[in-house]
Amino acid sequence: MLTLDQDTYDAIVAHARRDHPDEACGVVAGGAGSDRPTRFIPMLNAARSPTFYEFDSGDLLRLYREMDERDEEPLVIYHSHTATEAYPSRTDISYASEPTAHYVLVSTADPGAEQFRSFRIVDGVVSEEEVRVVATLDEQPL
Amino acid sequence: MAVEVRIPTILRNYTAGAKTIEGDGATLELLFADLETRHPGLRERMVDEKGLRRFVNVYLNDEDVRFLAGLDTAVADGDSVTILPAVAGGAGDEVMAGGAGGA
Repeated sequence: MLTLDQDTYDAIVAHARRDHPDEACGVVAGGAGSDRPTRFIPMLNAARSPTFYEFDSGDLLRLYREMDERDEEPLVIYHSHTATEAYPSRTDISYASEPTAHYVLVSTADPGAEQFRSFRIVDGVVSEEEVRVVATLDEQPL
Repeated sequence: MAVEVRIPTILRNYTAGAKTIEGDGATLELLFADLETRHPGLRERMVDEKGLRRFVNVYLNDEDVRFLAGLDTAVADGDSVTILPAVAGGAGDEVMAGGAGGA
């Protein structure tokens, strides 16, 4: 299950709408091992394409160094599909390289009725998971 | 000569879980050959018969080696090499599948 706060959910959808018809992409980072995605980080789609996305390689290095310094990991990796459903494509599956990330797909194929779905992609196997949107992420119990 | 090589999560099964390993080599190509002697299979994840794999990023200190000399990039003692799989994907050329069928 993916749990997100409303602001983060809204930010992802807004990013997808803004970049349509190109695919939008980004990350929500959170404390390593916490499974609490807290820091929304929209990324440039260096491919600027309606059917492909790729983080710029320099941006990618800066992102991972920054997360490393902050003891974070990329808990959510999101991108949009602009004419097809919010489901991982063969391309998405073959390039998924973060086994602990929640892969979020947003579809902007139907304006005003975006789909938002989340998946795990591990060793080429896709499994869909529930998305739970909350007002604020709960503090972890001690 | 020692070069620190930072390994992404997905390749740590070749390094017994280590996030950083050390190696030696005057160029990236030679460094990868050196790493392969202690971590068999690692090199093939980054290099194919054409050279550096398209969706694996390799950096020498702060620069993507594609903008330097690729596998021929010179490496010096104290340098840091970072490996990061590209974060990429997209709908591609697939026709909309409908329902939960997907790819």
